[in-house]
Amino acid sequence: MYEHDVIVVGAGGAGLRAAIAAQEEGADVAIVSKLHPVRSHTGAAEGGINAALREGDSWEDHAYDTMKGSDYLGDAPAIETLCQDSPKETIQLEHWGMAFSRDDDGRVSQRPFGGLSFPRTTYAGAETGHQLLHTMYEQLVKRGIKVYDEWYVLNLAVSDEEVPEERSCHGIVAYDIQSGEVSGFRARNGVILATGGPGQVFDHTTNAVANTGDGVAMAYRAGVPMEDMEFIQFHPTTLPSTGVLITEGVRGEGGILYNENGERLMFEYGYANNAGELASRDVVSRAELTEINAGRGIEDEYVHLDMRHLGEERIIDRLENIVHLSEDFEGVDPLEEPMPVKPGQHYAMGGVETDENGETCITGLYAAGECACASVHGSNRLGGNALPELIVFGRRAGAHAAGKDLGTAEITTGKRGEWEAGEVDTPVAPGAVRSPDDSAVADGGERAADGGTMAATGDEVVTRAVDAENRRIDHLMTKEDGVQHAEIRSEVQKSMTRHVNVFREKEGLKQALVDLREARERYTDVYVNDPSRTYNTDLIQTIETRNILDLAEAITLGALARDEFRGAHWRKEHQERDDENWLKHTMLSWNEGSPELWYKPVILEGENKTYEPKIRSY
Amino acid sequence: MSTQVPETQETEESEAETETESVPVAQQRRQQRKADRRERVEERERERTEEEAASDENRYHLKVFRYDPEVEGKQEPRFDEFHVPYHKGMTVLDALMYARDHFDSSLTFRHSCRQAICGSDAMFVNGRQRLCCKTQLSDLEEPVRVEPLPHQEVVKDLVVDMEHFYDQMEAVEPFFQTNDLPDGELDEQRQTRENREKVKMSTRCIWCGACMSSCNIAAGDNEYLGPAAINKAYRFAMDEREGSDMKEHRLRILEQEHGVWRCQTQFSCTEVCPKDIPLTAHIQELKREAVKNNLKFW
Ligand SMILES: Cc1cc2nc3c(=O)[nH]c(=O)nc-3n(C[C@H](O)[C@H](O)[C@H](O)COP(=O)(O)OP(=O)(O)OC[C@H]3O[C@@H](n4cnc5c(N)ncnc54)[C@H](O)[C@@H]3O)c2cc1C
Ligand code: SF4
Ligand code: FES
Repeated sequence: MYEHDVIVVGAGGAGLRAAIAAQEEGADVAIVSKLHPVRSHTGAAEGGINAALREGDSWEDHAYDTMKGSDYLGDAPAIETLCQDSPKETIQLEHWGMAFSRDDDGRVSQRPFGGLSFPRTTYAGAETGHQLLHTMYEQLVKRGIKVYDEWYVLNLAVSDEEVPEERSCHGIVAYDIQSGEVSGFRARNGVILATGGPGQVFDHTTNAVANTGDGVAMAYRAGVPMEDMEFIQFHPTTLPSTGVLITEGVRGEGGILYNENGERLMFEYGYANNAGELASRDVVSRAELTEINAGRGIEDEYVHLDMRHLGEERIIDRLENIVHLSEDFEGVDPLEEPMPVKPGQHYAMGGVETDENGETCITGLYAAGECACASVHGSNRLGGNALPELIVFGRRAGAHAAGKDLGTAEITTGKRGEWEAGEVDTPVAPGAVRSPDDSAVADGGERAADGGTMAATGDEVVTRAVDAENRRIDHLMTKEDGVQHAEIRSEVQKSMTRHVNVFREKEGLKQALVDLREARERYTDVYVNDPSRTYNTDLIQTIETRNILDLAEAITLGALARDEFRGAHWRKEHQERDDENWLKHTMLSWNEGSPELWYKPVILEGENKTYEPKIRSY
Repeated sequence: MSTQVPETQETEESEAETETESVPVAQQRRQQRKADRRERVEERERERTEEEAASDENRYHLKVFRYDPEVEGKQEPRFDEFHVPYHKGMTVLDALMYARDHFDSSLTFRHSCRQAICGSDAMFVNGRQRLCCKTQLSDLEEPVRVEPLPHQEVVKDLVVDMEHFYDQMEAVEPFFQTNDLPDGELDEQRQTRENREKVKMSTRCIWCGACMSSCNIAAGDNEYLGPAAINKAYRFAMDEREGSDMKEHRLRILEQEHGVWRCQTQFSCTEVCPKDIPLTAHIQELKREAVKNNLKFW
């Protein structure tokens, strides 16, 4: 068994920042990550980091914009913390040498971004995430922080009290991908989840193949509720074969969207008669899908984004990198042909429920970054607000786990504060196929595999978790036939993309739940074909698919329950935002395999003011 | 073939023996059954794809390197053939993923972002180091031959051991250092646009290892820092925010026996770099700087 004070799971922007902070507070910290740190998907972020750095701007304005963008489903204490801490954290990156773009006076450059009242998006060319990730990894090397890279975290080691709020986290169980070794990691002070987004729930996404929502699923099954999972942001212009993102800049410069008949769809079919191609992300995404569903898409799959009329000179001058992206990843030269584009999953607003210190309702368990929900983004994230979330809440979680006093959080976690029960009418029972589920393949729904005798010490909790994971792996490896995970994963992704995308109808959502149920049943028969213990990606992906199932179901349940239109969540039958009934967070608890839906109120009271819900129009 | 498989045949055998002894018999038998079954499935799959290949012209023919130190039949490196249905825009990585998900789930390779930013999938494709996710099938001659990066130990199939590459990257003090940071936590250091532009290309490295793998010098001298690490040092040495003391310190690191002077300007690194970093030019510039620096003390 390995042992450290603080263990960070994941090495993207959030994980790296958390580890540095924990070490600065004097903790012995280690990172455990399935990818080498520089391979994390934070590297793909292009646009920038929102921070109120300049004269004429203020954290209050940033907070106001963020709350408005969230469609009043963000919690004020989290939003205000983000906006207050972001300037200092952004300049911290500069002090660590990050290669920001520069103004004439030598200061870091900022640019305007959608939904912002001030150009406060601090950037490094079109590669802000890459620069941020590498700058932070450099600091890790400098500090000699231990990284267990290419170790896949299988599960958390959490005690098994009845009530989740009484449980505590003592470490993790991880699998060394290169050697096949399963080992316990004891965390004396705390475990921080920083596992990133869940893009692989959908078959078309801007996220990486490794973004499978592992951390959210592990915390969920250990008793931490998932919060606001139905809020998924889709990006309207991604390349069909890979999901590579084509920046809004193309439409900003005058790029036009055409359907199969060569019609300028945004106007021809009245999706946005004023803004046209420049309408907001969700409007454009829905317009494209309406065309495709009506049979006016090209190859029934995508529409065209044409910028040829801008002329070669202007394109090369302003959008050169788009020409390369389109050629390299789609094989299309956009100077000669229009680019194929379609909407793709982009970002998850929801995740592991935490307070503004990154702590969950389980003692010693934290989450930060895209896997967490504090909640900063509410029902819709503003561009440029995810990267500051990584560094602000990464730092806080790391410092708090290492023992620093950050004051009492205003946001309550678990059922400690005000809450109400929820109800949703589902065609099939969600959750574990058998409940309580003690089958090895499903990674236990039942916490007490030893029959309920509570493990007395932290070491025992970890040892028991290691035993359970060994059983799971032995089962998957020795089973000789059955279903392969790739089949299940692909069916789930297809159903989610079809029914739980930017269009959400009651019947479609129900169909998705039926499909997911079937997928869960098939998963009980899953097996791993590759017999090797060396670098067995078949095994790893099979386990990831289990996590994808839990996340897909949570997203769909939330979407079915929330009968209103708010932020990124659109419902055909309910075309209005309903503040009277829905100024509350959707919470889902695993509840030993029989998911329980409940709600907790949104916090609109800030430090100096209360945010009054207004119509979100720009 | 330049691909390296770890250990000589002899040690491999003796190790395999000791391992066999410690594995329970039942498990061994299960593994064997699984392997047999897999063979049959693969055989059928191969037949099927051969047939399909004959009938369907719109498929790409791939020959993929296979090796697994602990699976019978794969201990001796071999090439497997896959015929993957083609669609416009398909990359080498797409084809590998298709082959894995539809034909053989044990086909192993690193990949994640699919957009040339995580640096996981540099491989040796048709005799050249390339990033698979950034390589269009339509730009390649068939059959497309996919091998692991040369000059690195193969872990399994297309996965190589990157430890040595990481060690070299970390040997050049790859982090920002300066002696005069502004006092205020909100005070930024100033940097001219020109200086930022100067280091820009060098900051684009994604640690894919293609350059190192293509370099003859690195192949012959295991301690040579290699193009990526030198480029990393360049990124800081040329950054005016670090100050002149620090630059001198960095040049001294680069001047060591296995540093910049090893480079014989063969340009192979520059040719294969998927991020178009002018590596050779950067190394040459550092050589000149080092000379200037030494003259100063002469
Ligand atoms: C194309 C694109 C562009 C974007 N542009 C912007 C932008 O301009 N501005 C902005 O603010 N935001 C942007 N975002 C959003 C933002 O980049 C992400 O939300 C953010 O980078 C996520 O960081 P993270 O640290 O939470 O996760 P990641 O960077 O995804 O890291 C996750 C880490 O967890 C590890 N991990 C996961 N599961 C396990 C496991 N089971 N065991 C061990 N380790 C595990 C992985 O190895 C990885 O290291 C963009 C996102 C995308 C996809
Ligand atoms: S310098 Fe280029 S080829 Fe070398 S590791 Fe970096 S990105 Fe890859
Ligand atoms: S998959 Fe990330 S660089 Fe190719």
